[in-house]
Amino acid sequence: MEYSEKVMDHFMNPRNVGEIENASGVGQVGNMKCGDIMKVYLQIEDGKIVDAKFKTFGCGAAVATSSMATELVKGKTIQEALEVTNKAVMEALDGLPPVKVHCSCLAEEALHAALWDYAQKNNITIDGLKPPVNDVDELHHHE
Amino acid sequence: MKTKLYFDNAATTPVREEVLQEILPYFREHYGNASSVYAIAKESKKALEKARAQVAAAINAQPEEIYFTAGGSESDNTALRGVVEAYASKGNHIITTKIEHHAILHTAEYLEKHGAEVTYLNVDEYGKISLEELEKAIRPETVLISVMFANNEIGTIQPIKEIGEIARKHGVVFHTDAVQAVGHVPIDVEKMNIDLLSMSGHKLGAPKGIGALYIRKGIKVEPLIFGGAQEKKQRAGTENIPGIVGIGKAAELAVAEMEGTTAKLVALRDKLINGILETIPYSRLNGHPTDRLPGNCNISFSYIEGESLLLLLDALGIAASSGSACTSGSLDPSHVLMAIGLPHETAHGSLRLTMDRDNTEEEVDFILEKLPGIVQRLRDMSPVYEDAMKANK
Ligand SMILES: Cc1ncc(COP(=O)(O)O)c(C=O)c1O
Ligand code: FES
Repeated sequence: MEYSEKVMDHFMNPRNVGEIENASGVGQVGNMKCGDIMKVYLQIEDGKIVDAKFKTFGCGAAVATSSMATELVKGKTIQEALEVTNKAVMEALDGLPPVKVHCSCLAEEALHAALWDYAQKNNITIDGLKPPVNDVDELHHHE
Repeated sequence: MKTKLYFDNAATTPVREEVLQEILPYFREHYGNASSVYAIAKESKKALEKARAQVAAAINAQPEEIYFTAGGSESDNTALRGVVEAYASKGNHIITTKIEHHAILHTAEYLEKHGAEVTYLNVDEYGKISLEELEKAIRPETVLISVMFANNEIGTIQPIKEIGEIARKHGVVFHTDAVQAVGHVPIDVEKMNIDLLSMSGHKLGAPKGIGALYIRKGIKVEPLIFGGAQEKKQRAGTENIPGIVGIGKAAELAVAEMEGTTAKLVALRDKLINGILETIPYSRLNGHPTDRLPGNCNISFSYIEGESLLLLLDALGIAASSGSACTSGSLDPSHVLMAIGLPHETAHGSLRLTMDRDNTEEEVDFILEKLPGIVQRLRDMSPVYEDAMKANK
C-alpha cells in the first residue's frame, strides 16, 4: 500500500488542525470498522463557511482526508459544501488505496454532521442533508 | 526517505554478511542438483548435510530429524496438517492458543472446516497460557498441542519446558512455532520435550523463503508437498541449497553468539522500554516484562493510532510496526493484543520496535529523543485525547 504525494503532504502538514471556540456547527463521527474518530468544527457566517477545523484519531488517510475536506469547504456556501463528497476529497488527494476508501467517508460524514448541528442550532433545514449516523460503515458498505 | 534505523527485525532481518559469503558459491559454482551423481552435485549434497547438522545443533536435535522447508509458514502448515492426518485413528482434537501466528491459526481453521476440533487456549494479560487450562483441555482424542515458543508481536516467551512435560505425560505430540525464538533464546528439544519445531531463516540473518521443521524420530507427519524423494520423502522439491546453506550458517552463528547478543539486546530493550514509559504519559508495555524476546519492545500509547505513528517515524527514517486495525489490511486490530485484553482503542495505538545485533544505543537514544514529540503531535490532533484531558480537569 502506498499513499500519493498529496496524501503524504496533507498527512505530514495537515491544514486546519484544531478547534473553533463557539463554532457554528460541530460534528463528530466514528467508524466502528477500525475504531477511528473524526471531529469537524465549522464557522458559518451569512450562509458561508468562513472557517473549518478538525481533530482526527485515525490513520494517515483519515488525517489527510480531514485536512483536504476542511480545506475544500472553506469559503464555500452550505450548498456548495454538500458537494464535497468523499469522492471529491479522494480526487483532490490523487486517490487513496482501496482499503483506505472508508476513511474518506468519515471526512464526508463529519462535515455533514457539523452542518446538521448548525442547522439544528439555527432551526433551519438544509436541502439534501440527512441526520448523521453513529457508524459511518452503515452508510458506505465496502466500496 | 531511506530507512536509517531498522527497528522491525521481528518482521525480517537483513542477510548477514558472513551468511551471504557462505551462500554465494552455491549460485554459480556449486549449482548441482543434490540428487544427481556427478561431481558438482556432491558439493550440493555435502552442503545440504552440513547445514542440516548446523541447524540440528542449534536446537540440540539429531541431523536426521531436520527437514528443510520453504519457510516458517510451510513448517507450521506441515506440522498441523501432517500430525492431524497421521494420527487420525487416535482422534481429531488439537490444542493451540489464541495468540499464534496466522500460519498456525488459519491452518487450524482449515482443519476445523475438515472435521477437526480445536481448543484455542486463552492467555493472561502478559500473553502467557495457563498450564492448568492446557492440562484440562487434553482429551483422549487429543493428537497435538501446538504452542508458540515466543510471540512475534509482544515477545512473550511461553513455559515451553513445562508444556513439553504435560504433553509427554499425556502422550500427546507437542509442536512449537519457534520462528521468533530460534537463535534468539536457548532451545533444547530434548530437555524441553519438543516433538516438532518450526523455524524460519529470515528471522535470523538468512534469506527469506527457507525454513526447517524438526520432527522427533518416531513422530509421524504426513507430507504436505508430494513429488520427488527429497528430505526422505517428507518434503518433495529440489532443495534450495543457497537458502539451506544460509539457514545453517545463520543458526550456527546466532547460537554461538547468543550470550553476547542477548546481553546487549536486553540492555537496549530495557532502556527503550523504560525510557518510553518514563517520558510518555498514558503509555503501557504489552507483553511480559522479563519473559520476553531480548529485542522486543511493544508499547501502546492511548488516544493515538498506530499507522499515523509509523508514518511519522518513517519520515525520520525509523522502520517499525503496529497492531493497529488501520495497518492490518483486514481493519481488525491485532488478535494478540485483543487476546491479552487490550481495549480496541489501546490496541490502536500500539507500536512494536524490534531490535537485533545491528541496532545500537545511539539509535535507541534517537528514538527516545524523537518519540515523545511525535506522540504529542498526534495527541494534539486527537479528539479522543481532547475529551480525555477535558474529563481529567
Ligand atoms: C511466529 C511466526 N510464525 C511463523 C512465521 C512465518 O514465517 P515465514 O515468513 O518464514 O513463512 C512468522 C513470521 O512471519 C512468525 O513470526
Ligand atoms: S482510519 Fe482506520 S484505516 Fe483509515
